[in-house]
Amino acid sequence: MTTALDTDVRPEDRFISAFEVNHGQTLNGTSASISQQREDAIERFAELGIPTNDLELWKYTNIAKIIDRPYTLPLGAEPASVDPSQIEPFLIDGMDAHRVVLVNGRVDESLSDIGELPPGVVVSSLAQAGKDHPDVVEEHYGKYADFEDEAMTALNTAFVQDGAFVYVPSGTVVEKPIFFLHVTSTDQDLFLQPRHLFVVEDGAIAKIVEAQHSLTDTQTFTNTVGEAFVGEKGNLDHYLIQDEGPNASQVHTRAAQQKDDSVYSTQTITYTGEVIRNNATVEADGSFCESNLFGLCVGKDDMHVDNHTRMDHVQPDCNSNELYKHVLNDESTAVFNGKVFVSRGSQRIDAYQQNDTIVLNNEAQIYTKPELEIYADDVVCSHGATTGQLDDEGIFYLRSRGLSERRAKILMLQAFTEEVISELSIEPLRDYVTDLVRSRFATYV
Amino acid sequence: MALLEVKNLHVGVEDEDIKILNGVDLTLDTGQLHAIMGPNGSGKSTLAAVLAGREEYEVLEGEILFDGEDLLELEPEERAEKGVFLAFQYPVELPGVSMTNFLKEAVNSVREARGQEELSSADFLQYMRERAELVNIDADLTKRSVNEGFSGGEKKRNEIFQLAMLEPRLAILDETDSGLDIDALTNVAEGVNKLRTDERGFLVITHYERILRYITPDRVHVMLDGKLVQSGGKELATKLEEKGYDWVREEAAAAAAA
Repeated sequence: MTTALDTDVRPEDRFISAFEVNHGQTLNGTSASISQQREDAIERFAELGIPTNDLELWKYTNIAKIIDRPYTLPLGAEPASVDPSQIEPFLIDGMDAHRVVLVNGRVDESLSDIGELPPGVVVSSLAQAGKDHPDVVEEHYGKYADFEDEAMTALNTAFVQDGAFVYVPSGTVVEKPIFFLHVTSTDQDLFLQPRHLFVVEDGAIAKIVEAQHSLTDTQTFTNTVGEAFVGEKGNLDHYLIQDEGPNASQVHTRAAQQKDDSVYSTQTITYTGEVIRNNATVEADGSFCESNLFGLCVGKDDMHVDNHTRMDHVQPDCNSNELYKHVLNDESTAVFNGKVFVSRGSQRIDAYQQNDTIVLNNEAQIYTKPELEIYADDVVCSHGATTGQLDDEGIFYLRSRGLSERRAKILMLQAFTEEVISELSIEPLRDYVTDLVRSRFATYV
Repeated sequence: MALLEVKNLHVGVEDEDIKILNGVDLTLDTGQLHAIMGPNGSGKSTLAAVLAGREEYEVLEGEILFDGEDLLELEPEERAEKGVFLAFQYPVELPGVSMTNFLKEAVNSVREARGQEELSSADFLQYMRERAELVNIDADLTKRSVNEGFSGGEKKRNEIFQLAMLEPRLAILDETDSGLDIDALTNVAEGVNKLRTDERGFLVITHYERILRYITPDRVHVMLDGKLVQSGGKELATKLEEKGYDWVREEAAAAAAA
């Protein structure tokens, strides 16, 4: 079942009427609390409206313009047949993983290869989890990605149908990465809203890799919301590769909550896309948490990439590291707005935030705004941003040792991005990203 | 044929009405080590930069022949391939660029241009160890990013190490001795002495005579206002150290007036 969004009415109303027409087409329609959340969410979405540039948090990213296109909003499982050979190019060489392929936001079992999981571990679709593990879903779903102030999260919540689900019970270690391969396959202009939930309980350890790709040239918009929970002494590495091609736009919202002594590390690699907005929020809701937020964007053509992050320190004795790097060429634009928030009483916080950008020409642009908001007095917090060009002195130094100008530039760009890529804890993924970035740099110079 | 012939070289700064070199003449043969001394701002480092191919300088007149070939026509990397090496006065820090990767790429591009085979990783590491030992460099330096966090002395010694790795035909040392303590100075000098061969020429640019006590020059030239105004043997360096540059300046003025 689909609904073509009528472009004669304002976009908000298109979604609201689609919601009303299709009442009940939802994830686990029997769950009273999720149904209630949907109702509340569409109401909140109607009040907030689609964000415009008038809002400080959306000042440099005009998402309303992109959403105001005649997308088709799928409200049931979109039949799509994807051949295994089509996903072959998206696999990561040498990464032995529990693989789940989602086509248009829904798990495709024939393309997936989950393999053997440790006892109690669940890797499935969110819809399936709603049936098989309602208690886990009930406990965590909708608890971390707040839609009160985020219209796009409200919209996703109102239309929630399916997405990825991971559950790692207490004390369990999943050694191989869990790999979610998101693929768009359609001949229409699609508006997709996948919803993911990753739960890593006390003392559990997991690595999740998500990669977004597209098999279509149509215009697509993906409004993703992902929630992650890391219990006491738990450890979750959560990586995202965005490579959907020049016709795909998205708002990608990730919200994680961690408990005492846990580690959550996330990294976003943005490789292709039209307009991309990432919202990454981490709440360290426990003492002695370590939180790592990294990001890398290699811009080309007229890509627009906006990374908003929020690091919430609401408990004492935690540390967080944040580093986002951009390399921008052509007419690409990047936006970085990172906020570190330290609440009253969250003493002995050690928070570091940095954004560094290399702009290769006069057309590419970066808007950067690192922010600290601190209400505790015994903390060490630092933030900074640098923007510059490749260092001519460095290039000359390398050339004087026999490297061509091109090799010198590529070597320096690789060195610049290496600091972020080296944080990826999975070696084949590191190699994959290094190759991606290197092939992009080869087109620059 | 001389290794290096600089003929009536006049150099200015691109887009600015500034002249730095005003007719430099210099001939250097293989197996020779020449020193160029002179006060600050006399144009010594500019000569080194022009030889290495730095682009912000504009050659207004004259020529530079390297093995009889017009050096000014070549890009900096082509000069390196042909065997020109500049030890920088201020070596550049390259965070994230590992010494090993950098040197491997540099050595192999130079080898390729000279018709030699690329070194395998194992052969390269072996070669790097040997050269580090030759110039008495701590091999741990090669595990770091290029010059990042290096002390002043380490940076200068790293230049000598790169010189040993790249085996150029012409090595230009641009104030490699300045800012060094006595241990680092003797270390750099020992490295240079080990690398002196009949096939290689050295041009040592320095402000002070002291390094020339350790590396004996075949010729010493004095640069003043963008010209080489005096040349002599190693005793000229001692005289400059004792008497300063005023007498050179006076003699040059007298010669110009004559």
